[in-house]
Amino acid sequence: MTSNSDLAAPHKPSLFSRLPVVHQLRQSVGLQRGMLIAGLIIAGLFILTAIFAPVIAPFGFSQLRDENGRFGSQQPPSGAHLFGTTVGGYDVFSRVLWGAQTAIFVIVVAVVLSIFAGVVLGLVSGYFGGWLDRVLVVVSDAVYAFPSLLLAIVMSIVISGGRSDLIGGVLAAAISITVVFIPQYFRVIRAETVRIKAEAYVESARVLGASNGRIMFRHVLRNATRTLPLIFTLNASEAILTLAGLGFVGFGIEPTAAAEWGYDLNKALSDVTSGIWWTSLFPGLAIVLVVLGITLVGESLNDLADPRLRGRRRVAQASGLVAETSVVPGGTLIAGPGGLDGLESNATHPDNGLETRP
Amino acid sequence: MSNVLTITNLGISFATDAGAVKAVDDVSLTVAPGEVLAIVGESGSGKTVTAKTILGLLPETATMNGAVLLSSKDGSSQSNIVSLSKQQLRQVRGKDVSMVFQEPSTALNPVYTVGWQIAEGIRAHGEFSKKEARAKAIEILGRVGIPDPETRVNYYPHQFSGGQKQRVIIAMALVLDPGLIVADEPTTALDVTVQAEILDLLRRVRDEFGTAIVLITHNMGVVADLADRVAVMYEGKVVEEAPAQQLFSSPQHEYTKKLLAAVPHVGQGIVRAAARAEARAPGWTDQAPVVVAQDLRIEYPGRLGRPGFVAVDGISFSIRPGEVLGLVGESGSGKTTTGRAIAGLTRVTGGSLKVLGHEMHGFKEREFKKFRSDIGFVFQDPASSFNPLLTIAECVAEPLVVHGRASNPGAARARVNELLEAVQLPRAYGDRYPHELSGGQRQRASLARSLALEPSLLIADEPTSALDVSVQARVLELFAELQREFGFAALFISHDLAVVDILADRIAVLYKGKLVEEGTGAEVLGAPKDPYTQRLLASLPVPDPAEQALRREGLRKLRAAG
Repeated sequence: MTSNSDLAAPHKPSLFSRLPVVHQLRQSVGLQRGMLIAGLIIAGLFILTAIFAPVIAPFGFSQLRDENGRFGSQQPPSGAHLFGTTVGGYDVFSRVLWGAQTAIFVIVVAVVLSIFAGVVLGLVSGYFGGWLDRVLVVVSDAVYAFPSLLLAIVMSIVISGGRSDLIGGVLAAAISITVVFIPQYFRVIRAETVRIKAEAYVESARVLGASNGRIMFRHVLRNATRTLPLIFTLNASEAILTLAGLGFVGFGIEPTAAAEWGYDLNKALSDVTSGIWWTSLFPGLAIVLVVLGITLVGESLNDLADPRLRGRRRVAQASGLVAETSVVPGGTLIAGPGGLDGLESNATHPDNGLETRP
Repeated sequence: MSNVLTITNLGISFATDAGAVKAVDDVSLTVAPGEVLAIVGESGSGKTVTAKTILGLLPETATMNGAVLLSSKDGSSQSNIVSLSKQQLRQVRGKDVSMVFQEPSTALNPVYTVGWQIAEGIRAHGEFSKKEARAKAIEILGRVGIPDPETRVNYYPHQFSGGQKQRVIIAMALVLDPGLIVADEPTTALDVTVQAEILDLLRRVRDEFGTAIVLITHNMGVVADLADRVAVMYEGKVVEEAPAQQLFSSPQHEYTKKLLAAVPHVGQGIVRAAARAEARAPGWTDQAPVVVAQDLRIEYPGRLGRPGFVAVDGISFSIRPGEVLGLVGESGSGKTTTGRAIAGLTRVTGGSLKVLGHEMHGFKEREFKKFRSDIGFVFQDPASSFNPLLTIAECVAEPLVVHGRASNPGAARARVNELLEAVQLPRAYGDRYPHELSGGQRQRASLARSLALEPSLLIADEPTSALDVSVQARVLELFAELQREFGFAALFISHDLAVVDILADRIAVLYKGKLVEEGTGAEVLGAPKDPYTQRLLASLPVPDPAEQALRREGLRKLRAAG
């Protein structure tokens, strides 16, 4: 029986523990927790390296000489040059560190640009439907059909004629990645919007006479963005790969403008056959590690968001309290930022939702 | 003979994000061969979990103790479900125990024929060739009352109606002749008239096949109709177990008594409605109606080149100020469409519909907007009618903010508190999120939101159908109280005659988009003229086994006649 007084106010978790990643970290157990932590550590190292590259790196990214004269080209790893030097005479260790800065710069610009454009387009397209929707869906399908690297190359030629300085190069890379990513955000947000548009709370807002703008931003948008952190992490790793790919095929950033792993790999191509392993190994490792770290975070967030994939500690036999009858099972439990509906489906409470229509 | 099923001291816990939750607590039950045991209880009482344990269908997050002993039909073997391996469980399922699901439309795979799906179950247990399995499928389809089984065995699920699909699922459950069938809310998703047919079929299954049935339901009428013995579950425990007749005539446990008292009966509201009609001021009938529908027609556009679907076909009715019109009908009768058209959510395609004097045929949102503050809408599913990211107070304040009565939710808080108290929710609940409230509380909050602007018209679309009986009783009571207090006119849409009867001044019965009968509760329910209304009324099971047996006879005669 339901009565008003016997339900104590539910315990509210602190704001900190409800923050996206922190919440998931607390929720996870076992292997999933291990994956998430490993991913977070690698991603954290990557970000720290990018921020403190000027402090950690012994040389500048375009430095060819110090007080002792030129570095010399293709020097093997030694005390002076930890990872050796490249064919152009740059210090590999320094360039790997500086490369993190370029990479993060590109990720941020690319993802921010594509998130805003994709979300707005998806929201408008999904909410209003009609011919605008059809045109946008066709365009995004068309973009999908292109190999993303080819598209990025075309964009980079259009924007900067192929190669340029730091800002131009980064922007060219970021914008070309943006073009590839916008359809992804667009599709996800549009699909969510179409679903949410049919929800009773949106209809209820329409009955009240709320304006389209209010419904879109107050009721639809916030509920549609639940999956964004996942795509964000997965796209971030893809952005790095695209940037590296661009550099590798020769549309990257000039070595004098910024350090870029893909470009270094390209220049190291001929070294590999002559037994010079250090020029290609370290930039390659950097790419692999960063992509691995971010992907680990994204994948574990993805698993944790789905109650069917989420691991839990096993409970002791017949332990726990019997949930109060007439209270929706799981209803009084504390949910995450997406609300209970976002995190819990019927799967965890098999009797939930089975008796909806007398 | 020994029992088909013996459950002893069963306890089940689930691992959830918030720690262990116990679903079933020390439950012991037995089922004799050929017996129908009904397990009743509200959502969360653990009845479905108990039933799923019998088939070993619990998810991996569950741990259990106790014993579930299942005997085969001939009594030759016995197995303890709790300790079986996955492979052994597969052996037992279908052969010794099988299940009938709640939603027939999702329990069948749409890309295979029903014959294939039945044969699949047979062939999973070896022994039969493809041909034999098909022959068996045809035979069983005939026995569950599918006409012309030789051709229909090749039909796909979408070619059957909901009731027939449920028959097919029962056929699937029966085909290997198990000693026990677990039926989890087998009629909940069906209309009342179809429900009566399925209940008849289940009774025949028991008599002809000698199969024992564990019937999970929350509908006391269904229990009275079918069950031999009843177990009442509450908070994971069996609080009472008794033969059906005895349980209904002299319930022992406090909870059972409350549960039975909360079940709405047809005829409860007639006196009340008459009293209300008496109390009306003279000249009340001369007032301009709030809603007038004249040959109202609503058609959903079809695909290119195909005719559209006519949901509402030329109905006429009116709602006067302060009056509650109950709209009853089965699924697909157009009752919800009518309600949505009045709220301006669906376009009117023919005839005329005047809401508060505003013509809805070809209406423009901008012109209608100022009328919206005078219309409230209560949705069916309280779980989805609130934005999960806003607090209850923000949700209830939404109409006030939209119509400029308050600048932001904070400024509207005083009024929101008043509203919450009017629907008997504590003020503090305003700070909670929708998922932190139970279904009944959410539906009350939904009422508060719809009343925020003090509308002169309220449209309630099945507001209690997602709620448990006891909660439904309270929400209905509250609705009646609020209606008295605020004096709004209301369109109350429901598929349940008994619920409509409690609240409505007048009742309109819809059937396939047409209005077949309209009148006061006494007229429509007391002496129905239309054959469909008669059938609808006779199909409604009452929570009393003896009376239900009589009604069943009446329905059979009615069906034979018409």
